[in-house]
Amino acid sequence: MDPSLIDWSRAQFALTAMYHWLFVPLTLGLGVIMGIMETIYVVRGDEYWRRLTQFWMKIFGVNFAVGVATGLILEFEFGTNWSNYSWLVGDIFGAPLAIEGILAFFMESTFIAVMYFGWDKVSKRFHLASTWLTTLGATISAWWILVANAWMQYPVGMTFNPDTVRNEMSSLGSFFTVAFSPMAVTKFCHTVMSGWLTGAVVVVGISAWYLVRHREERFARSSMLVGSIFGLVACALVMLTGDTSGVIVGKTQPMKLAAFEGLEDGSEHAPLTLVGDLKVPNMLTILATHQWTGFVPGINDILNGGYKLPDSTLALSAEEKMSHGAIALDALTQYRTAKAEGSTEKVEDLRAKLQENLPYFGYGHIKDKKDLVPPVGLLFWSFRIMVGLGSLFCLVFVLIIVLQYRKKLTRWPLLLNVSTWCIPLVYICSQAGWICAEVGRQPWAIQDLLPVNAAVSALQSSSVRVTFFIFLLIFTLLLVAELGILFRVVKKGPQIEEATPQNT
Amino acid sequence: MNILNTVFRFYLEGFRQMKLGRTLWALILLKLFVIFFVLRLFFFHPAMQGMTTEEKQQHVAQRLENP
Repeated sequence: MDPSLIDWSRAQFALTAMYHWLFVPLTLGLGVIMGIMETIYVVRGDEYWRRLTQFWMKIFGVNFAVGVATGLILEFEFGTNWSNYSWLVGDIFGAPLAIEGILAFFMESTFIAVMYFGWDKVSKRFHLASTWLTTLGATISAWWILVANAWMQYPVGMTFNPDTVRNEMSSLGSFFTVAFSPMAVTKFCHTVMSGWLTGAVVVVGISAWYLVRHREERFARSSMLVGSIFGLVACALVMLTGDTSGVIVGKTQPMKLAAFEGLEDGSEHAPLTLVGDLKVPNMLTILATHQWTGFVPGINDILNGGYKLPDSTLALSAEEKMSHGAIALDALTQYRTAKAEGSTEKVEDLRAKLQENLPYFGYGHIKDKKDLVPPVGLLFWSFRIMVGLGSLFCLVFVLIIVLQYRKKLTRWPLLLNVSTWCIPLVYICSQAGWICAEVGRQPWAIQDLLPVNAAVSALQSSSVRVTFFIFLLIFTLLLVAELGILFRVVKKGPQIEEATPQNT
Repeated sequence: MNILNTVFRFYLEGFRQMKLGRTLWALILLKLFVIFFVLRLFFFHPAMQGMTTEEKQQHVAQRLENP
């Protein structure tokens, strides 16, 4: 397989996924904030909170309009660029995506119409329910997409059928195993809550922009209060789920964790590298195992094997895994030949041999054990950007809450400006998180089962390269259009003070 | 019929009263056109389109068996 085909196919998918992910987190986060603001409106009956909610709904609408359907392009790419992968994943991927499509279409499209058109046409409570249900619909959609992604990182609940060459869910039980695997639950919580964080940062950042310009002051203060409290809660939840995620990654994708840390050789008391030679002793062991003492394997340990796994068995070396993978691939070939020849006895033996070596199936496609190491530098810094920026947002929210309480917020223009600059930073943080998740599992399209070189379709590398640049152009134009509309809406402002003078 | 009429009028009035929404709908329609009539039609041809199920199984099996 032409290496440039794999690289361009990956680049094209990454471009589309990263573009799609510019819109999803704000939909998830702003949706909850709108729900909170509208709840205050319904509880208090104060028209001011209705106006406030309506302004943020405008921002939500622009983001939703530009983001809607961008995920469809990813599904086209599965069929065109990743056809082997699409076939092999079978109903493991199909079922969650089908549920996502139905939910996204029916739930979101029904209630979003009531949310925008129904202000004076339905009761306050029904409208409020519609706002929350629109957000819930978006969140449930995210659940199914993340279930599919989590399965690629931690493939459980499936049976490989050598006759159809597909992974199949044999029972309803296996569906629940896929849908509620620890990886899926943690990934969902961490990702959705990072979306909440994005929503909070955007609300606080735009409000800070108004305060610096002495505009819309009451609106800005109210929005900042809701945004910063919600943001702080989101920060805490993101940290908590990130911590759980670290433990799961340590168990299921140790190479990814070692790459995050640039850890070449593991130890029982592994330190956490902050930057350069600045390390916190024993911290990586504590974070990865939730114990004071516990072996965290480094890149060399994982390649050479021989260390004790959590289940007390010894880890296999890369060569041993590659050998098991070759046996699995050979068993598949022989199985299909025996099946075609009608040799029943052989078929059963070969099926058993295949199943025995199936956990290492993908290693049969690995030519050099060095290919099992993801790009360490990119992961090391992406992880630090994600964590560092997350900590910055946390600090900004705390300062805003304290200064709001002391009524000294406008005396801190630097903090207000930093809050506004946090808007682009939260997107960088979010994208860095996905780089950690996706680049970290390289070379696997499906962890241990299918590497990207076997998952990719046999296309012309040049045509994938050309389409990459065409997509880049289209996505850039759409993004410029979105930002243009957003800036116009923000610049115009909510004009609440003029609209509801009795409340000012 | 009354319910259908109410729903129809709800949407009709909603669309009529849109301001910013008109621009956003124009953007959505343009984007859907680009996705379905440009990208889907000219750039995305499923690699195993036209194959029978057995041919697809064979195709993927061969691809996996020959790393």
